[in-house]
Amino acid sequence: MKHDVPERYALAFRLYPYAKSPDQDAARPVRHKAVVVGGGPVGLATALDLGRRGVPVVLLDDHEGAGLGSRALCFAKRTLEICDRLGAAGPMLGKGVQWNLGKVFHDNRLLYEFNLLPEGGHAMPAFINLQQPWFEKYLHDAILAAQAEGAPIELRGKNRVDGVIPGEDHATLEVMTPDGPYRLEADWLIACDGARSPLRNMLGLGFDGRVFEDNFLIADVKMKADFPTERWFWFEPHFKSGDSALLHKQPDDIWRIDFQLGWNIDRAKELEPARIRARVDAMLGPDVDYELDWCSIYTFQCRRMERFRHGRVLFAGDAAHQVSPFGARGANSGVQDVDNLCWKLALVVAGLAPDSLLDTYDSERVYGADENILNSTRATDFITPKTPVSKLFRNAVLELAETVPFARTVVNSGRLSMPCTYDGSVLNGADHPDMPARSRPGSPCPDAPLATGWLLEQLGRGFVLLAIGAEAPERLEADGLTVPCLQLDPTEALAARYLGGVPAAIYLIRPDQHVAARWDSYEEQAVAAALARAMGKE
Amino acid sequence: MLITTPNLAKPDETYARLIATHDGLSEGESHALNARLVLILMNHIGDDMVLAEALRLARDPGAV
Repeated sequence: MKHDVPERYALAFRLYPYAKSPDQDAARPVRHKAVVVGGGPVGLATALDLGRRGVPVVLLDDHEGAGLGSRALCFAKRTLEICDRLGAAGPMLGKGVQWNLGKVFHDNRLLYEFNLLPEGGHAMPAFINLQQPWFEKYLHDAILAAQAEGAPIELRGKNRVDGVIPGEDHATLEVMTPDGPYRLEADWLIACDGARSPLRNMLGLGFDGRVFEDNFLIADVKMKADFPTERWFWFEPHFKSGDSALLHKQPDDIWRIDFQLGWNIDRAKELEPARIRARVDAMLGPDVDYELDWCSIYTFQCRRMERFRHGRVLFAGDAAHQVSPFGARGANSGVQDVDNLCWKLALVVAGLAPDSLLDTYDSERVYGADENILNSTRATDFITPKTPVSKLFRNAVLELAETVPFARTVVNSGRLSMPCTYDGSVLNGADHPDMPARSRPGSPCPDAPLATGWLLEQLGRGFVLLAIGAEAPERLEADGLTVPCLQLDPTEALAARYLGGVPAAIYLIRPDQHVAARWDSYEEQAVAAALARAMGKE
Repeated sequence: MLITTPNLAKPDETYARLIATHDGLSEGESHALNARLVLILMNHIGDDMVLAEALRLARDPGAV
């Protein structure tokens, strides 16, 4: 008997066509180390990271690849650094569009321009614009490459999870396929199944927060017009589409236009091509030739689960937290979840770290989610003031911004997604007061140029020590790990980013490239204690 | 620390200038001017602690 796993959306790329697994004919449910549910950016990155760390992982997706539509578009520097660690960043940089210049308009007036020209001496740009299906395809390409090198990753398309039974030391999944249902078991289940997370619902877990009463129309238009590669943002645009509008560039001569439409709209009517064209014509002017490529209307919430860990079930990405689109914090924060989770899970699976290390995935990423929710809520409140007095101040800021520089820093059309620094994390060890704040324990390592290549690409996959102008042994053996030590000369960039007011430094770096602890000289007992702490052994 | 003791050299003149700045404006225009003025002065002060004290005092003048 044929069963159906219907497609809920069209695909841009069919990446992992359904193939029957021997698990489906097994007499008893087969147990796997790690099962990832969801084949979006977060699920694919999780499978890739776990597989590259040697953790056998099965990914289940009810589709067979990447869905159509640009959706998540802006991928920030930290995401690209993580993808570089995962072997996927090269093609993303090749295809993605980089931009530095932004313009902010109020009505029909240009208020000011800004240049994001990032600090020099980093391998990755501040961010790129790349359509989500391409991001997913490049992650999938990296999975294929990792599989070819023996990484134990298995992707199962048209495998829809219809039920979950959480257990003490595993979870059991009921999975529907074109060949009918089967069961499998997971020591660890990672739910990356999106904002509507069926797994979260099946487990009866809450997802509370603030619903914003607004609709956004995305119109991707293809045009050859000679528009500059800039980000244009309008407050109360002169073409009267609503409270805000945004125009920026994608690869392949496609432009993303976001129209904020307000709450009381007729969805079906707003999606009529003629109506969309009228809006786009008003924005671009009558003489610009373009085609509509992809359109969608969405609303959003700012909310998160109370906890991201529920025993053997871990939630990541939009399944765990959701933000407004302002500031590109959705997919970017999801990839940071992956970065934080996978090394911890790999150590726990290997028996090298206690199960409680995974509680710090919850505490650190809840902290990150709250930071993202706060930032994106503030941007939303600035763009759509909720009271007459907040509108009064908002417009005062915009009016001043045209002539007075300080007001431009208050204008908030979405703050660039910055990586989270885990201040106060239980994994953080010693700090040194004279070293730079930007590389304090909990921070992601700032990149820096080395004599050949870049600092971040030297860090490897595990814990690592940096000895910058300091004496240290070649490696530390402790807690079942071999921690190599990178000896580095204090170049100008390294001194500025890591030394500050001291002549030499020792840094202990976590596998996710966040700083665990730092000292002005090497002392084995102190370093070993910090390592144990960063592995959750305290 | 927010200064709440007298700090204006010529309080009558300064106050008169504030009122005169609003001459000829509609109520809406005056509100907008005040909003700009608050932002300009906040930036000039800069100190978060002082601003927090000022905001508290403005919200509840009895709480000194």
